Amino acid sequence: MSEVENLVIVGSGPSGYTAAIYAARAQLNPIIYEGSVTAGGALMNTTEVENFPGFIDGIMGPDLMDAMRKQAKRFGANLVTDDIVEMDLSGPIKVLKDGSGNTIKAKSVILAMGSAYREIGLENEKRLSGRGVSWCATCDGFFFRDQTIAVVGGGDSAVEEATFLTKFASKVVLIHRRDSLRASKIMAERAFANPKIEMLWNTEVIDVLGAEKVEALSLKNTVTGEVSKRDFTGLFVAIGHDPRNELVKGQVTLDAEGYVVVENGSTRTNLTGVFACGDLVDHTYRQAITAAGTGCQSALDAEKFLSHH
Amino acid sequence: MSAATPVTTANFEEVVLKSSTPVLVDFWAEWCGPCRAVGPILDQIADEHGDKIKIVKLNTDEESAIAIKYGITSIPTLNVFVNGEVVKTIIGAKPKPALLKELEGFI
Repeated sequence: MSEVENLVIVGSGPSGYTAAIYAARAQLNPIIYEGSVTAGGALMNTTEVENFPGFIDGIMGPDLMDAMRKQAKRFGANLVTDDIVEMDLSGPIKVLKDGSGNTIKAKSVILAMGSAYREIGLENEKRLSGRGVSWCATCDGFFFRDQTIAVVGGGDSAVEEATFLTKFASKVVLIHRRDSLRASKIMAERAFANPKIEMLWNTEVIDVLGAEKVEALSLKNTVTGEVSKRDFTGLFVAIGHDPRNELVKGQVTLDAEGYVVVENGSTRTNLTGVFACGDLVDHTYRQAITAAGTGCQSALDAEKFLSHH
Repeated sequence: MSAATPVTTANFEEVVLKSSTPVLVDFWAEWCGPCRAVGPILDQIADEHGDKIKIVKLNTDEESAIAIKYGITSIPTLNVFVNGEVVKTIIGAKPKPALLKELEGFI
């Protein structure tokens, strides 16, 4: 491909798809790289989304993404189910390479790569990943029927996972290193009211034990420093996310936590013609609706930029 | 074009364990997002390398006994069977180039 595209959107999810909808309606003929296995983004691993406006009874995360995808397609966005593996964003013409070896040139790029699950950072967590350690309750919960499992974390996603997992597990212990939850009140109350959920406050997971699969966790009380061992067959990690900045590190300005920095009130990065949206830029809100909002902004910013270049 | 074919408890022994060629079993379920992402990639690999490795899929909802027997706790899990034994386990959805690399010894 030697022609220069107007706009390439890297990443899907609510921000990427919304950017694609707006850009396609603005006749920018955008190409959106959805990701070969990450298409749809974080919402693909969720169940019911109850707070996306317009859906009175809620909607399943994957269904919402499927609908956004179809809407983008309807307006003529070029959807590519592949990964971008390399980007050179420095010049006026941006050069991107995809997982199949194609080179794509573009006048502008919207970064919408989202975020990835954070790991606790234990060696045995990695070793036993998929052998009892999981980051996806909706994918793996089923396999822990009638077992005692642990969820680590204190935010909305941890509480949502713990609540979801009670469908299968006989007991879910929610382990949090503080003495109160960060999760929204409605979610926390739901968890407290659930007889299958036990809260383990002021506790950190310091090791995952088991030869072939998870058998127990080594726990440390963050107040007393006391170390204990408790049997679990599963560990679900929900301690947050980190922005997926690997492809743009060293090119666009990142903040101390690795989020892409955008100019106040816009989606413009430090590089001309490069815009960023969604969880990749958002420390604070991290909602499907806010990601969709900044995705929309990025398409409008790109449209304005392209009208001058 | 060939695609990954379903296996069940009824034909698992015949199709997988007694196969003379390596068999990749994709443990998956309808409601699993990453499984839905990796499915089409496996169909492509089945189409391109079906002569060397047989690619089949096992629905863990419908055939949970087999999933439990092989200790599956996370899906998608891709197990490669040679002569009835699991010789390789790939856990989680991966892009096609990464999967091909994992399967290098078989294709």
